[in-house]
Amino acid sequence: MKAVFVRDLRLAFRAGGGFGLALAFFLIVVILVPFGVGPETAVLRRIAPGILWVAALLACLLSLDRIFALDFEDGSLPLLATAPVPLEGVVLAKAAAHWVVTGVPLACAAPALAFLLNMEGGAYLTLVMSLAIGTPALSMIGAFGAALTVGIKRGGLLLSLLVLPLYVPVLIFGASAVRRAADGLSVATPLLILGAITLVVVAVMPLAAAAVLRINLR
Amino acid sequence: MSIWEYANPKKFTATVTPIIPWAFGIGLGLLVVGLIWGFFFTPAENRQGESVKIIYLHVPSAFLAINAWVMMLVASLIWVIRRHHVSALAAKAAAPVGMVMTVIALATGALWGQATWGTWWVWDPRLTSFLILFLFYLGYLALWEAIPDPDTAADLTAIMCIVGSVFAFLSRYAAIYWAQGLHQDASLSLDAEENVSDVFWQPLVLCLVAFGVLFVALVLLRTRTEIAKRRTLALQARQRRAEVRV
Repeated sequence: MKAVFVRDLRLAFRAGGGFGLALAFFLIVVILVPFGVGPETAVLRRIAPGILWVAALLACLLSLDRIFALDFEDGSLPLLATAPVPLEGVVLAKAAAHWVVTGVPLACAAPALAFLLNMEGGAYLTLVMSLAIGTPALSMIGAFGAALTVGIKRGGLLLSLLVLPLYVPVLIFGASAVRRAADGLSVATPLLILGAITLVVVAVMPLAAAAVLRINLR
Repeated sequence: MSIWEYANPKKFTATVTPIIPWAFGIGLGLLVVGLIWGFFFTPAENRQGESVKIIYLHVPSAFLAINAWVMMLVASLIWVIRRHHVSALAAKAAAPVGMVMTVIALATGALWGQATWGTWWVWDPRLTSFLILFLFYLGYLALWEAIPDPDTAADLTAIMCIVGSVFAFLSRYAAIYWAQGLHQDASLSLDAEENVSDVFWQPLVLCLVAFGVLFVALVLLRTRTEIAKRRTLALQARQRRAEVRV
């Protein structure tokens, strides 16, 4: 498992793309929003939490198909499936690598972009926390979606159609935590529920993703 | 009678073929009676006026939109656990029907909302949950379309249906946390003394039963068609192999 994790990280850092792309996409989406809704600071300040969460979610989506597609094409996925490690573990390691490559940088970069949108000062810590808690769930759900569509050529659009509805609960609780923080309210409830969703998803989704991969490798 | 007998597609087709025209006839008959009764022989409601009559389409379609998904979930579980081939095809057959029901519920709801709330659409938890349900139907059908091999497609869509059910359920409660709604509480519950005033209730029950029977008829018909399609594909494949050998 550790070897798979390290291998995926190396591939993401070295083989051009993966790592910086999601971050750049996040930046561009957030910069495009003021062009769309107008430059009034008050409006941007109000919608900043939602924009940042939606943009982070889309950035996460962007690199999902890389999780399994490349390994499926060059034949290393069947090898991983027959390796002594359970396939569930491989899925978990790959999702974790995806999270380190996209989720963690997104959470770290979010405050800088929140600054651009004039977000309320009190919400910065909650923004980073909610993204740090929520993005593992995004990666794991995304890994399931990627496993589902791995056998389909040009399955990228289908992947987003399948995965985005699954992201709704995470988005609702993540963004609402930041909104509540911006309004000066307590954020414990949404953050706790978000944490619960992440824990359940990380515990159960590898089983579903591995089952789906086995079907695709049949 | 056990459902396992009908895992044999031939037996299934033979059994449902005589049922289908009856189910269509009874469903359509009940629907016509229910709608005419509801539209022309019930009074206008005190505050909503004539717009209340949308209920005869809105409630049955919403009821079926959810229950079609539940049926797909059960059929998918039966397929995944016991490899009941007809069950997998029944799940596939129910999906477009359920999706159309979702669209009818959303459309009639928008018309009703315009008449009573003064707006076509609000981001109310119920309305939003239905929109998300529509997306799930869309993804489910798209996944079926995208995979050429029927058994792989059945397996993958079944697991997608099971996982999707959990998330659809979760989204529904997340949406309640997320927004306050304009929509009233459930119109139908078994434990309530009186759900809707009796004048409206009787034709409504008739319409509900009619929608249910029509749903069964459509699903049986579509399942039979799917079986015939699978058979055709198998025969074509066999013929191609035979030609290659010659």
